[in-house]
Amino acid sequence: MTWFLGHLPQLGSLLLTHAVLAVIPLLVGLAVALPLGWLAQRYRWLRAPLVAGTGLLYTIPSLALFVLMPLVLGTGILDPINVVIALSVYTVALLVRTVADGLAAVPDEVVQAATAMGVGPARRFFTVELPLAVPVIAAGLRVAAVSNVSVVSVAALLGIAQLGSLFTDGFARDFVDPILVGIVACMVLALTLDVVILSLSRVLTPWTRRGRTA
Amino acid sequence: MINLLGVTKVYPGGTTAVGDLTLAMPTGQTTVLVGPSGCGKTTTLRMINRMIEPTGGRIEIDGVNTADLEPGELRRGIGYVIQGGGLFPHRTVLDNIMTVPLLLGWDRRRAKSVATELMERVGLTASLARRYPNELSGGQQQRVGVARALAADPPVMLMDEPFSAVDPVVREQLQDEFLRLQAELGKTIVFVTHDIDEAIKLGDQVAVLRVGGALAQLAAPAELLADPADDFVADFLGHDRGYRGLGFAAAPALPISAEPVVALGASAEDARRVAAGASWLLVVDDASAPVGWVRPSALSGRVEPSDLHRGGTLARLGGTLRAALDAALSAPSRRGVLVDDDGRLVGTVRAADVLAEIEREPGVRP
Repeated sequence: MTWFLGHLPQLGSLLLTHAVLAVIPLLVGLAVALPLGWLAQRYRWLRAPLVAGTGLLYTIPSLALFVLMPLVLGTGILDPINVVIALSVYTVALLVRTVADGLAAVPDEVVQAATAMGVGPARRFFTVELPLAVPVIAAGLRVAAVSNVSVVSVAALLGIAQLGSLFTDGFARDFVDPILVGIVACMVLALTLDVVILSLSRVLTPWTRRGRTA
Repeated sequence: MINLLGVTKVYPGGTTAVGDLTLAMPTGQTTVLVGPSGCGKTTTLRMINRMIEPTGGRIEIDGVNTADLEPGELRRGIGYVIQGGGLFPHRTVLDNIMTVPLLLGWDRRRAKSVATELMERVGLTASLARRYPNELSGGQQQRVGVARALAADPPVMLMDEPFSAVDPVVREQLQDEFLRLQAELGKTIVFVTHDIDEAIKLGDQVAVLRVGGALAQLAAPAELLADPADDFVADFLGHDRGYRGLGFAAAPALPISAEPVVALGASAEDARRVAAGASWLLVVDDASAPVGWVRPSALSGRVEPSDLHRGGTLARLGGTLRAALDAALSAPSRRGVLVDDDGRLVGTVRAADVLAEIEREPGVRP
């Protein structure tokens, strides 16, 4: 407890970095997964290669990916962009299937009705299919958010400072306090992101909460 | 006028959904496409708004080849109603109805006032405007579907089994309202159903299709019942064709007898005195509308609603021969009750007199 109180400012900055390193890849990953998921849903023959292919990315060990990034991107080993891109890859891996499933779950007669009324494909995607896929996509996003918070900490092994640094620090000094504080901080961050995504999803889908009254 | 000229749809596997179909659908009338599943009726409907592209032939609307129009533009000019309504679950009733007007670039205020007016027109109360579709009953959803298709006042409406997903009572209401609306609006309607009774009730002309999308017969409903083109059409029309055909024959001046009546609440003595020995006596309410029959001999106290036999149907004066005959056959006294447009008793008619009228006019007049 004394350790925790004594290191509050440092903790704040680690938490902030951790949050940024987890959230930016979430947004980038979503932006990439949306068109890929749409392709997987739109063209049946693309679904298997896209979903399986991107899913396979998730099996690359995170440490290996972090180390590989500078070689691929030509960035410095300590550049946080490595972490951002690596985590974006994981987010895409988790979300392509979700986006494809979410779009597939939109009732066919609703899409047909939109088409029959003369709603063009692009407009139909943004005003009909995407809004109706929000609950499913949000569920995937929640998994990706928690996964990102956990995987970011591995980057501490490369010396990129965030909450994970508390684990390497505590381990090096054989001192349990920072490790405990790090775990709790990670959980709080993960839970916060989860609540934020859940709330956003609920705000975006008011129709799902009104009961059948007739 | 919608003209299908040798329209064909062959799927890549070689299945012919619609084969060389030529059909004229007159302006302001309802053409019903009916047939067993696999007869290509929905495919035909969807080729009209190019949801499905024909592989042969052409489709003209008022002389314009639909293939020359941009699909979106074509579709925004054609109302489309499908089974269950196909409503957008994430939009309110009002927003659903406003879809096409907003696509056409109307300002929101005008779209909203038109949508509100249409809700009333299809029998939806204004309080439902802010509801989401899953808060409505099946019948209400279907009404929203119809209002949405009508929103931009398209001259042509395509309806794909619109009333199949609701229970029989609601279906009949929706059908009656469809007829009332169509009498007011006079749209050119193409209506798909697998239900021959619905086809006969709603169509100005009925196109019976056989599997493979070939036209078996195109005729007005009465003509279809009276003179099926072949065994397939006759089988598809089913039983009771003669009786159902009477539904299209207006009852001429039938011999009407005055019927002795008592009011609800009358005493048993009064009822027996009025009946004068007859085994059944007609009971009316304060507005002299018939409410049912009683057996005067079985009465103990006053005539109560629980004493009433309610099996008899009512026929409207100037209605069809079918209604008059059914009224006579369904009444326990075998005297069919005729009422005026306000539901007041006019008199009764006997089955024998209706039959005499049917025999005097052989066949069913279209």
